Amino acid sequence: MEGLLCKNLSKIYDGKIHALSKVSFEFPSHGIFAMIGRNGAGKTTLIRILSTELMPSSGSATINGFDIVSEPKKVREAIAIVPQEARAIPWLTPRQTILCYLLYRGFPYKDAARRVKESLKKLGIERHENTLNRKLSGGTKRKVMVATVLASEAKVIFLDEPTTGLDPISRADLWAMLSGLKKDYLIFLTTHYLEEAEYLADSIGIMDNGRLLAIGSMDELRRRLGQQYSIRIMQSYKPKALKGFRTVGFEGGHQVMASEKKAFMLSNKLIKEKVKFSINPASLEDVFYTVVKRPITMEDEAGGDGEW
Amino acid sequence: MVIKRSIMSQLLASVLINAIYAMQNYPIMLINTILAPFSILVIIVLISHGGLIGVGIEGALIMTTITAGIGLQGDLSHLKNDMKLQDMVVSSPTSSATYIVGMGISELIFAAPVIVLLAILAGIYIHPTLMQTLILASVMVITFVFSIVLGYLLSTLTSDVVQSWGFSGIISIVLSTLPPVYYPISYIPMPFRYLAYISPTTYAAQIVQSAIGFTHIAPVNLYADWIVLIAICIALIIVAYKKAQWRES
Repeated sequence: MEGLLCKNLSKIYDGKIHALSKVSFEFPSHGIFAMIGRNGAGKTTLIRILSTELMPSSGSATINGFDIVSEPKKVREAIAIVPQEARAIPWLTPRQTILCYLLYRGFPYKDAARRVKESLKKLGIERHENTLNRKLSGGTKRKVMVATVLASEAKVIFLDEPTTGLDPISRADLWAMLSGLKKDYLIFLTTHYLEEAEYLADSIGIMDNGRLLAIGSMDELRRRLGQQYSIRIMQSYKPKALKGFRTVGFEGGHQVMASEKKAFMLSNKLIKEKVKFSINPASLEDVFYTVVKRPITMEDEAGGDGEW
Repeated sequence: MVIKRSIMSQLLASVLINAIYAMQNYPIMLINTILAPFSILVIIVLISHGGLIGVGIEGALIMTTITAGIGLQGDLSHLKNDMKLQDMVVSSPTSSATYIVGMGISELIFAAPVIVLLAILAGIYIHPTLMQTLILASVMVITFVFSIVLGYLLSTLTSDVVQSWGFSGIISIVLSTLPPVYYPISYIPMPFRYLAYISPTTYAAQIVQSAIGFTHIAPVNLYADWIVLIAICIALIIVAYKKAQWRES
């Protein structure tokens, strides 16, 4: 199968620490897949296993049909990764950084040099071509790292928390750039910025404690949640009237998650009572909160190993 | 897209990152590489009033190869733990062997100026014959391979560069400062002389000192020195192959 296929992928350290538990999902060969989760959720372990840096304890995964355990050479020809905390080497320039990476991939020098120019242009950083990396801003350094992997022939790109530590403008810049790449690449990124996943991703996975608790597009996640709407009541309100709804802590009022039907009923009631409120489709934050705060319930609903 | 991948390109990448671009952008690193082996040589020459200059030069040549390994360990650890370069390379078509050989060559390029300087001094003060030169070169190749493999092994087992510095310091003292590399082993009083044989550089130095005529050892001991030196080198390669973590388990 083209794209990414994981079946019951697990990683256990020292026979007892389950860093990853039976993670299964698939994703086609183009688009952006975002794995979200809190620190220690297992995102980096997953990305390191898929990028053949780390052996899984059990389970299997294929990338473009090649098995990550038995065919790592084939997989490595198809993928490229910018690891979490990867830094542009300070004594190199962006041109030298990209050139060396392409040489590591085995490109002849001339081809590599040509690709460097194209990649710098694609990322809009050609003016920094010969500036030492240590003199670049954080955002530009990050772009250099992304330009490095995009210069290669790899069509499956792993980006482990690509925008962590960036200022909002640099982050937006990088989002715009990544968004433009989704038609040509399979980009697998991890993040704990929910708005990043919501903005960029065609499909989102939610991980916690090494388990994949939910996966799908935003619409699918909302649908599966069964509570597609978030109603924010901007004042204190009768707790009895909210009985039967799932409420979320919200300063100065209440946040209620509701299905379409229940949201309609509650909204009408609030309008009649002249209560100030807002209604929006459930955000990824709402979905994430629901999923991660109730992992056992969600598992029960799925009747399986953490997927629903 | 089919790419005809070149191992030469993959080797060049390490050489560019760790030698050419490093020297080009941070020339101070080159000065440091030259100073280290010469500093002990100067002390030995001063203390011996010039009497040990020949032994000192061959010692400095051996130390240069060991310094390359120590340097490699620090460089690899830095590139792996701080820059995450190794993670990117592991996930690329470059093999661990190509990466390490490339990095080894980069250290050799760094060491080249000091080796040339010492070779000139050796020509002036030792006047080695072709056979003596070959023996010295062979020993240097073995100690270089040994130190590079050791450096690589330790770098894959360290989790940050500070931990790596600890190893560097110990290796430097155990392999090049304490053993009789810059002076004949007979200078060490018994029974401490036996301790010197813990270090593989003692065997290397003994072979070279014997070949150049500074010390006289029985042929059987000389053969034993070669065997031990080569065996240690092979054993270390095997250990590195088995224990060094390229793809983590």
